[in-house]
Amino acid sequence: MKRMSFLSVLFASVLYSHGAWAQEAVATVNKGDTAWMIVATLLVALMVIPGLALFYGGMVRAKNMLSILMQVFVIFSLTAILWATYGYSIAFTEGNAFFGGLDKAFLKGITPDSMAATFTKTVYIPEFIYVAFQLTFSAITPALIIGAFAERVKFSAILVFTIIWFTFAYLPMAHMVWYWAGPDAYTDAAAAEKAAATAGFLFQKGALDFAGGTVVHINAGIAGLIGAILVGKRIGYKKEFIAPHNLTLNMVGASLLWIGWFGFNAGSNLEANGLSALVFVNTLLAAAAATLAWVGAEWIIRGKPSMLGATSGAVAGLVAITPACGWAGPMGSIGLGLAAGAVCFWGVTGIKHALGYDDSLDAFGVHGIGGILGALGTAVVADPALGGTGVWDYVANGVAEYSMGTQIVSQAWGVGVALVWSGLVSLVAFKLVDITIGLRVSEVTEREGLDIAEHGETAYHL
Amino acid sequence: MKLITAVVKPFKLDDVREALSEIGVSGVTVTEVKGFGRQKGHTELYRGAEYVVDFLPKAKVEVAVADSLLDQAVAAIVKVANTGKIGDGKIFVSNLEQVIRIRTGESGEEAL
Repeated sequence: MKRMSFLSVLFASVLYSHGAWAQEAVATVNKGDTAWMIVATLLVALMVIPGLALFYGGMVRAKNMLSILMQVFVIFSLTAILWATYGYSIAFTEGNAFFGGLDKAFLKGITPDSMAATFTKTVYIPEFIYVAFQLTFSAITPALIIGAFAERVKFSAILVFTIIWFTFAYLPMAHMVWYWAGPDAYTDAAAAEKAAATAGFLFQKGALDFAGGTVVHINAGIAGLIGAILVGKRIGYKKEFIAPHNLTLNMVGASLLWIGWFGFNAGSNLEANGLSALVFVNTLLAAAAATLAWVGAEWIIRGKPSMLGATSGAVAGLVAITPACGWAGPMGSIGLGLAAGAVCFWGVTGIKHALGYDDSLDAFGVHGIGGILGALGTAVVADPALGGTGVWDYVANGVAEYSMGTQIVSQAWGVGVALVWSGLVSLVAFKLVDITIGLRVSEVTEREGLDIAEHGETAYHL
Repeated sequence: MKLITAVVKPFKLDDVREALSEIGVSGVTVTEVKGFGRQKGHTELYRGAEYVVDFLPKAKVEVAVADSLLDQAVAAIVKVANTGKIGDGKIFVSNLEQVIRIRTGESGEEAL
């Protein structure tokens, strides 16, 4: 994902105006890429509604099922509108290294003929589908957060928090990691230097994040952790029977997430080509490896392989491969997946219980920890010596020399900035909401269940 | 008249119903119940969170019979509901003072 257009569109149109020479290098949109990006966008939307909603909903008690479905469904709708009014512009137009500008607020100036750059020079996609594709990413991220404090937070508080967090955490992270002028701006060393100076802060640091390991997963994971700590544990946590009410729906949701993730990752290549196919294979293998690793760890340590362990493992693998999927090779992806399954299993069993916070659905344990592992692991699996693709140099038009050490430092910048930035924004946002409307529902409401008390409905009449 | 209350494993319910029909019992009432006995509960593990499930599901069968049919009915239930493992359940027998068939107003053994 990533890259934005207008410098490059400008550049391309300059070329176009220069007659014969330009005709070889004219920016074009083709139907294959466009069709794929429409499908990929649908797949990412499917991850949220109903994928994530069911994955999360299956894990709560029956009395809170609708509260989860509602939170995810309405966050999706709310962020869609925020994205179109100002989100897209702040994330994906030129500004400073942290925030873009408001030139495209209300999608101003975007027409069916507008183009967004891909990762290949002169290859473009319609900007409207790029807007929609990126919209789905901005929608799933706040929806991931709510898993950390499920079953005890007011619906109104979640909506207000989402608006603040989306604006001050998601948008700048997306800009910092993904905004650049597009490949056509990188004609020679001097032009590249000039173009690079307009890119986002972490892009300039060389942090690699193909499909959103930092922007989506670490970003959401740390916000969830802060929320879980501030809101406090659920009543009866570790005393009463607070078990998932429907692992069947959890499995349906996890499967939709897995399938949708092909759009998330392979779609982030923005083209339908060989690299997209590699990303597809990497995504498939990492999730499969992580499923086996989680289930295996659980079987050895706890005695039984569980369905919830299998679905958790798959999601952990998908999270970890997300930043790496465009630079890893298939075997590197399997390695990263195996590591993610085992490490995230420890994240939701060992670390959570040792520190004592109640991250209800493990937003931090899976997305935060899996995201950090994936971001750092990207530096390892991207190494051409380990079967990775290395990093493309758009000036030399070839694979650049690769140093794993240098890349790990760049990746650590991404992880650190995401943790600190999102952590601080989350802290302030949760506090603001708590002071004004209150984060937590009353004890009576929590006992009765959020479905009846907050939404006036029940999920099941059996 | 006696009231037999048998708590059995849910999957034995059909066998119990058949065995009772065979000896001429004309009706039973079944309830899904939970409880614990010597079998105790089991533990469930979700992402490392361990829960002890104290109450296990059972089927409660209530049968009203004439005194003459009691031993036969109890024997039939014991025979088919037995797996030999802990958790097979229990049978309680109590005196039944009166039975009335609502449709006709008949009472006593005629109403059974």
